[in-house]
Amino acid sequence: MGQQCAEMKDVYLPQSATITEAEAMNVTERYLRLSMDDGPFDYIPGQFVEVSVGGIGEAPITISSSPTQSDGFELVVRKIGNVTNAIHNLNRGDKLGIRGPFGRGTYPVEEARGRNLVFVCGGIGLVPQRSFINYVLDNRDQFGEVAILQGTKSYNLRLFTSEVEAWGKRGDVQMLETIDEPDKSWKGNVGVVTTLISKVKMDLKSAMLLVCGPPVMYKFVLMELEKRRVPHENIFLNLERKMKCGVGKCGHCQVNNTYVCMDGPVFQYSELATMPEAI
Amino acid sequence: MSVKTITKDNFAKFVEVLIGQGNVIGVQAKGDRFDYAALKSAEDLRLDYDVTLQPPKKYFLPPAEVLMRCTAGGPYKSEYADQPFILLGVHPYDMIGINQMDELFKQDNCDAHYMTRRNSATIIACDVVKASANVFASSMGTAVVRQGYDVLLTDIGNDYVAEAATEKGQTMLANAKTTEADEAALKSREAVWARNKKTLNRHELKCTPSYLPKLLNRAYDHPVWEERARTCFSCGSCNLVCPTCYCFNMQDDVSWDLKAGTRGREWDGCLLDGFTEVAGGHEFRKHRFNRFRHRLYRKAKYVPEKIGGQIACVGCGRCVSACLPDIANPVSVYNRLLDDLGIG
Repeated sequence: MGQQCAEMKDVYLPQSATITEAEAMNVTERYLRLSMDDGPFDYIPGQFVEVSVGGIGEAPITISSSPTQSDGFELVVRKIGNVTNAIHNLNRGDKLGIRGPFGRGTYPVEEARGRNLVFVCGGIGLVPQRSFINYVLDNRDQFGEVAILQGTKSYNLRLFTSEVEAWGKRGDVQMLETIDEPDKSWKGNVGVVTTLISKVKMDLKSAMLLVCGPPVMYKFVLMELEKRRVPHENIFLNLERKMKCGVGKCGHCQVNNTYVCMDGPVFQYSELATMPEAI
Repeated sequence: MSVKTITKDNFAKFVEVLIGQGNVIGVQAKGDRFDYAALKSAEDLRLDYDVTLQPPKKYFLPPAEVLMRCTAGGPYKSEYADQPFILLGVHPYDMIGINQMDELFKQDNCDAHYMTRRNSATIIACDVVKASANVFASSMGTAVVRQGYDVLLTDIGNDYVAEAATEKGQTMLANAKTTEADEAALKSREAVWARNKKTLNRHELKCTPSYLPKLLNRAYDHPVWEERARTCFSCGSCNLVCPTCYCFNMQDDVSWDLKAGTRGREWDGCLLDGFTEVAGGHEFRKHRFNRFRHRLYRKAKYVPEKIGGQIACVGCGRCVSACLPDIANPVSVYNRLLDDLGIG
């Protein structure tokens, strides 16, 4: 039987990368900058990598940096399982295995040019969104109005605080932040991220909305956008699943007939009409 | 390539030659049932079997396998299983299951681990002699197969008709004492095929298999999913015995001295609780009926969309036999939907 791979390449084999920067962001999140040991690494905002720690395992993590910024790429890893705990013990100079980047469903970089953009981020949802946010800000004249909505559970869990502050000071970005359970020192908005939607100074119906956060957030954000009659094709959602193999085989990330690792992780809301399991 | 006949005595001698040359896996009795196992003698081979407990997929996608090795914290190195073997006695429905897996593992990102095992195999398929208790291959159009194998055997009484379909098969068959198949032998083979297309049908699907994707387009919210899943144990037996279930998990193991590790994969099942769980505990198909429905949608809609419309249920009936609460039978679910929804 002439069954043969066109090229004898192991799609499961990680390539070696070196950690060039590592820093704790808060109690659960660790920031890493990585550089591939062999060859270039090109990616599009929204793509993810499979990160390996030898003998421990592999975890899918979406890239947080923008391809417009210096070489290498950045990840933010939440300490939540065996692999991510092991990653938290690594420092500058240590090695990691990387596969990818994966995902054909990236942020709609080309379609977004000239459009008004609203980023709706819940908690760690800022991390993947940051890739496209920085892409847009590095090519600021190519895009219309930009609003970034960030909701965080508590003050201590805020991420990229100096970067968020810098976005707010630019003058060409509406940076809106809210905290769900703030302490006394917080003087800003209080509540979940949906409470910020009415504060955006922009015609939402014609804007492109990019949404990323925990599963429960999508329901409430979509309800708000539905009330405002935002067309479904203008809404983009980042559906993170348990992408074990990353190459469309293992079945874990399947949402109805769609493999998130292949056709996602970013989907147009109108595409989800045939994917009732998505949200 | 030419079609031969071989007497059963000569076939037994041929099998002994193959066993002497290398690794032969053949269908054998296991208690009062049958399964694939390493063949030590031609006497143990039972080509008159009805169905094996496990499909032959485990020889291409083992229940657990090592994909690569690493030093702790260090780089991984791929490991391939390329030992040649002969798989003897694959029924048509299982051959079609293998053909579908070939396509799925080859497409998009070709899986070199699967393909290495697949290329190491020489497959001798054989037509069904005796229908098993739950087979419905006739309904699924999988009672007869004409591709994927290296040699196809058909029992026509005192002889087998043996047809080599590949160079590998032809070379192998050259070691056997055969004669050119005559008109009568070919007619007998046609008769076996015609019989099997009708009689491997303990459960009769009330539509053509090609209609199933269209049926499922209208069935997503039908009550049958919840009704059936109410007694589901989420045990994954249906996944385990299915020749077309190929979902897997990937995980690392580290040696006792923490100096080396392996990355392997092992079978997983979409019926098992936790299959869709992500970090943080959210589970996307939390309810049993979500998982039950997903499996039957994969068989008759999602996988077919990936492999040119072929239905990924080959009618072996193993899930029907394996399911303790007796809810897994795909034909009874699809027929129930047909009764309620009609052919629209």
